[in-house]
Amino acid sequence: MQNKIDIIIAGVGGQGTILASDILVEVGYHAGYDVKKSEVHGMSQRGGGVESQVRWGKKVYSPLIEKGKADYLIGFEMLEAARWTEYLNKSSIVYVNKHKMFPPTVTSGQAEYPAEASIEQELSSRAGRYEWVDAMAAARELGNPALAGVIMLGRLSVDLKVDTELWLKVITELVPAKFVELNKKAFITGREMKKGA
Amino acid sequence: MKKLLTGNEAFAYGAYLAGVQLAAAYPGTPSTEVVKNCANYDTIYAEWSPNEKVSLDVATGASYSGRRALCAMKHVGMNVAADSLFSASYTGIKGGLVIINADDPGQHSSQNEQDNRNYARFAKVPMLEPSDSEEAKKFVRIGCELSEQFDTPVIIRTTTRLSHSRTLVEIEDSNRVVPSQDIPEYERNFAKYVMVPAAARQRRVVVEERLRKLEEYAETTELNRIEPGDDEIGIITSGIIYQYAREVFPTANILKLGMVWPLPTQMIQDFAKRVKKLVIIEELDPIFEKHVRELGLDCIGKEVYPMIGEFNPSLIRELSYNAGLIKEAPPEVSCANTELPVRPPMLCPGCGHRGLFYALKRLDVTVFGDIGCYTLGAAPPLSAVHTCTCMGAGFGLVHGVDKMGVKGQTVGVLGDSTFFHSGIHPMIDVLYNKGTSTLIITDNRITAMTGHQDNPGSGKTLLGEPAERIDIETVVRGLGAKRVEVVNPYEVDNVMKVVKESIDAGEPSVIIARYPCVLNTKEKHPVPAVDPETCTNCGTCLKIGCPPLIKTETQVAIDSILCNGCGLCARICPFQAIKKAEEQ
Repeated sequence: MQNKIDIIIAGVGGQGTILASDILVEVGYHAGYDVKKSEVHGMSQRGGGVESQVRWGKKVYSPLIEKGKADYLIGFEMLEAARWTEYLNKSSIVYVNKHKMFPPTVTSGQAEYPAEASIEQELSSRAGRYEWVDAMAAARELGNPALAGVIMLGRLSVDLKVDTELWLKVITELVPAKFVELNKKAFITGREMKKGA
Repeated sequence: MKKLLTGNEAFAYGAYLAGVQLAAAYPGTPSTEVVKNCANYDTIYAEWSPNEKVSLDVATGASYSGRRALCAMKHVGMNVAADSLFSASYTGIKGGLVIINADDPGQHSSQNEQDNRNYARFAKVPMLEPSDSEEAKKFVRIGCELSEQFDTPVIIRTTTRLSHSRTLVEIEDSNRVVPSQDIPEYERNFAKYVMVPAAARQRRVVVEERLRKLEEYAETTELNRIEPGDDEIGIITSGIIYQYAREVFPTANILKLGMVWPLPTQMIQDFAKRVKKLVIIEELDPIFEKHVRELGLDCIGKEVYPMIGEFNPSLIRELSYNAGLIKEAPPEVSCANTELPVRPPMLCPGCGHRGLFYALKRLDVTVFGDIGCYTLGAAPPLSAVHTCTCMGAGFGLVHGVDKMGVKGQTVGVLGDSTFFHSGIHPMIDVLYNKGTSTLIITDNRITAMTGHQDNPGSGKTLLGEPAERIDIETVVRGLGAKRVEVVNPYEVDNVMKVVKESIDAGEPSVIIARYPCVLNTKEKHPVPAVDPETCTNCGTCLKIGCPPLIKTETQVAIDSILCNGCGLCARICPFQAIKKAEEQ
């Protein structure tokens, strides 16, 4: 068991960041950690950014992670991931779903969506390790883009030293019954996406 | 057994454990989930009331009946309910009465950043403030007991961060208060419940005596506790800020206040004596700090930790380091070098409000708006809402503006839920006092912005029972409106025609722009297609600000995952380059 694991999930409303962080905090608890989770709802349903922060530790006080102290940044969307550079340090690990969702400022032509290379540069230069995850493509292959979030969790899970069975048990509990099998499959797909695996 | 609950879920669970039998609220972020979750317990009657004042009156009535009751509201909701709060403070209660009140530091989803601890002092009632979900649960029960012991409503303050954080809660169903099944008897008591001046003057004295007794209680209650540490620094704090302070100052003395009004004067004085530096860390107003300074104690407060904005542990660490209170420097951090495009909230793809606001934009009328999804009509490129202040304000504002006869054309716009909340009264004003305003109700048959709660126009109660829909048209006609039109907001040309006629009529007009929220009904249509031959890339469709429409070098494209298929873009394309699926 590690002293603490602080995880930020950043995405866009409707991408399932809340469900993913609910799974993550629940798994942490069952794995024996003290846990807390914070999320911003607000106007998320209206296409704004959504962030969730999940903390596992021996004793967790604040539900919010401090800047420069995130152990993992999980980007469900490229641009949203890029907003969290301040939270990284030289041992942080960053996983970003290779998926763009254009904000209205971009679709209307007022602003430009940053290039993939520049997002990678911004994040990887501040982190210990950076990895693109082709979760969106894999989710489409499984037949539902909404599965990308659970695929990302699967990728993260490889690092977290918790039994796969526990993850699957929590997914079964938190996902609506008719989507359980598909989500389990997505999770395993994510696990197998570890680079070089 | 423990379970992970949000602060709001824990308040509801606490209500269940405390034997609360009635819970009422008007939805408002970040408080909505409190009463929504109360509805999951079969021992609690839960309802969405039309507004916060009504919800507090309903809860107070249940309390007068000798039953424990709860109501919940966001901070600005208390402004609406304040009249009832001050009266309930005078009459006191019978069954425990707890008001969950959610402040929104940082204004995540609110029009202001008021600190509702001021209400406890103002209304002379006790206020508790939990710092995690376990305390949220516990404090509801303690609040009910305190309410009964001191014959007073009790406010429990939460903030966005507490309400929407998920932390561990001990499950203790076996340890709950089982509500009485007896038929309650209403006790008539002139001196207590009839606040005519003669009786109210007597209660005025009772209120002051109660406050004195509560001050004594504050000195000894376990709600307030000192966590001993080294004597260099002593911190006074409460709520979620306690958690940040504990993290940044692991070895300091902390006086954690669970009861934030009235304050424990003696306890604070004793605490001050045992430490070299007294530090007050409180979000928003300097309420503890002023009290401490009035006691003649020296302290560090708002000169280090500001009044404005939400706190977080990084900020507390940085400010504390800069003030020399901690030695360890915060980690060096750096933002991205690239300027990142913002992602503001928008009207959803397919939203019916979009058609209405596009029509209003084209007519170039000044729009006195209100609080709800339709506030997003203010966002560019629509930019078609010109005021947004508080619930129900739009109709009153436009009436005042119209009485002054400003140049140009004006309308008031509010939603169905806001109409039931506080839009009927200003409409009465316009109709009775010979106004001429055009009043538009965007009727999407649901309280959408806060996450689709039912309202008196939706035909279902919070408990899921079918209910007789209150028909807005009948209400409006009943008030005496002669000019009433119902329009489909997607039919832009017709909306423009009706709005123009209404404004030109020189008499009050009501337009109900009705279409059920497509996000709620899950209505979806095939995605329209853009004909690259006909599309001139003129940009007209981009003016409706619909997220799936993407400007490319040569034409407009439609993101088929985001698109809801409403066809508004096809309707307004001047070159018929966008074809609805059935036309293809």
